[in-house]
Amino acid sequence: MAQIEIKNLFKIFGTNPTAGLDLVRAGKTKEEIHEQTGLTVGVQDASFTVNSGEIFVVMGLSGSGKSTLVRMLNRLIDPTSGAVIVDGDNVMEMNKEQLVAFRRNKTSMVFQSFALMPHQTVLNNVAFGLELAGVDKTQRYERSMDALKQVGLDGWEKSYPKELSGGMQQRVGLARGLAVDPDIMLMDEAFSALDPLIRTEMQDELLKLQDRHERTIVFISHDLDEALRIGDRIAVMEGGRVVQVGTPEEILQNPADDYVRAFFRGVDPTGVIAAGDIARDSQPTVIWHTPQGSPRATLEMLNNRDMEFAYVLDSERRYYGIVSTDSLRSAIEQGATKIDDAFIKEAKTAKVDDSMQDFLPEVASHAWPIPVVDENNIYQGVVSKNLFLRTLHRAEENAHFAE
Amino acid sequence: MFSFEEKVIPLDTWITNFIDWLVEGYRWFFQILKWPVEVTLTGIQQGITALPPLLVIAVLGIVAWRVSGIKLGVFTVVTLIFIGLLGLWEDTMITLAMVLCSVVFCTLAGIPLGILAGRSDRFEMALRPMLDAMQTTPAFVYLVPIVMLFSIGNVAGVLATIVFALPPIIRLTSLGIRQVHPELVEAALAFGATNWQVLAKVQIPLALPTIMAGLNQTIMMALSMVVIASLIGAGGLGAPVVLGLNTLDIGLATIGGLSIVLIAIVLDRITQSMGTTKKQN
Repeated sequence: MAQIEIKNLFKIFGTNPTAGLDLVRAGKTKEEIHEQTGLTVGVQDASFTVNSGEIFVVMGLSGSGKSTLVRMLNRLIDPTSGAVIVDGDNVMEMNKEQLVAFRRNKTSMVFQSFALMPHQTVLNNVAFGLELAGVDKTQRYERSMDALKQVGLDGWEKSYPKELSGGMQQRVGLARGLAVDPDIMLMDEAFSALDPLIRTEMQDELLKLQDRHERTIVFISHDLDEALRIGDRIAVMEGGRVVQVGTPEEILQNPADDYVRAFFRGVDPTGVIAAGDIARDSQPTVIWHTPQGSPRATLEMLNNRDMEFAYVLDSERRYYGIVSTDSLRSAIEQGATKIDDAFIKEAKTAKVDDSMQDFLPEVASHAWPIPVVDENNIYQGVVSKNLFLRTLHRAEENAHFAE
Repeated sequence: MFSFEEKVIPLDTWITNFIDWLVEGYRWFFQILKWPVEVTLTGIQQGITALPPLLVIAVLGIVAWRVSGIKLGVFTVVTLIFIGLLGLWEDTMITLAMVLCSVVFCTLAGIPLGILAGRSDRFEMALRPMLDAMQTTPAFVYLVPIVMLFSIGNVAGVLATIVFALPPIIRLTSLGIRQVHPELVEAALAFGATNWQVLAKVQIPLALPTIMAGLNQTIMMALSMVVIASLIGAGGLGAPVVLGLNTLDIGLATIGGLSIVLIAIVLDRITQSMGTTKKQN
């Protein structure tokens, strides 16, 4: 379900932004407009939807307009034109009071620079949003302590921000965002100021929090690894435009243009592409407990089709095992009548969301294509050696093309 | 015309005429303006001179001790006793009352103006030349119109002092507000702060050390006006200085001047430590 809907959002900085708007619409580039009028195009014609409960990463280099974009979602920056629709309400049309109520109840924000109040204790910082909203003291502190506990900072409530390390300060920032219990969290390069180890730790923390309580998170980042790690979907921005929106796999496998391709250059595709993304239903399957599912019939079918392996499923396509012409033959020789006697013992499955890295050993060490199943053990298809290599090759090719 | 031998623009006559016109037609208006200052000053002065000197010394000593430390407390007590022994106790109390009164009005006007200037570039731009003029115009220039509009005495002295002492607190309040990190303001807005909440919960608390520095400067400026205010009949520690000057009594002028300096040091140290203790919290 779409929670945030952004329609044709523009932001032009300068004294007469509407003039710039006409020029943008007339197809002039950002540079031409700046030269002609001195106006700076921050964001141009951004449209996408963010689904409720997902982590939506907006990625781009500095100056790509991503920070402007996220600030237009809660109107810290007023868009020049366009609509931001959150749960059916157009944020652009809100008056001052409605906007204040919207910011207090619907959204919260986590900042790159932490933006903690230096004159307040950790507890008061976490309680800040609730204090603004006029929540009474006991309830405010109760909820803030709970938020501090969620980020693992209980015991630090009486400290001042400057007494904490950067990572801990951002945990306070995160707790401040959680304390108001928002539907939507806007995170502006929230972990970019932290060193890499702490950054990964915070990403895990965020995913853990998301596991416990799903919120809609719009996460701004310039860090590709971060985007791939936490993003359910990613929007890539360049020069104020949203050039591509999709899941990490979609973008990686099918970059919209050279910019996106260049962005993803150097990413190891095996860590990102999952089994479910490339699995093909290319192999013969047999249904157990049917005449066709007997060892002899299966062997016959494989011989006829000149194939070596068959995948045994039940009528609901639940996966049971793999048989090969060899295993069938030897089972028949031993007088077996049931197909499970012919199952290849060492055959393992890959889960849909296993990355290529995860099942590479399986693919490499066995002759048969690796079956892919979902969480209910439903058969999704197979990944053969051939397919695995072709996927790798295509990702490589994309990367080289950009150089 | 451009040999510059004759006056072409009679600005001086215009100004004289303008002031005459003001005095004739609108003196009543300036008398109304004078009223709150008069009431405040008389109140403070009567209160402070009615108290037994030792009580005043004790109170100031304790304040100095609490905000700074035992050293400043002792220094304050010793200094005040010394001034009392010089025979200038009453003059000192009048000066303190005048300084206090000017500072009250400077604070009441200066902090709101400074906040406005800190939040609006346009207002700051408009205000700045006025503040420059207030600080650099020689006091002698506005003493005459002040006397004409408000007559002579302590109240006129306080008004002249306010003109001179107001700019620093405005400037430093504005600076303090501007120095608050924009990200903190943004964070407050993002969590749904109204304009007032941004001011009360973020900008003013964070600007407070700078505002206190402005208050300190305003007090110092007010003290530096003590002698000039005496020229228009204001009492206090300026009076012995002016009297000494007129009668070539070097000794009298010196003890008056010395007392002003000592009072200035005491007030400066006390207000400065008030600013820094706030910062540490």
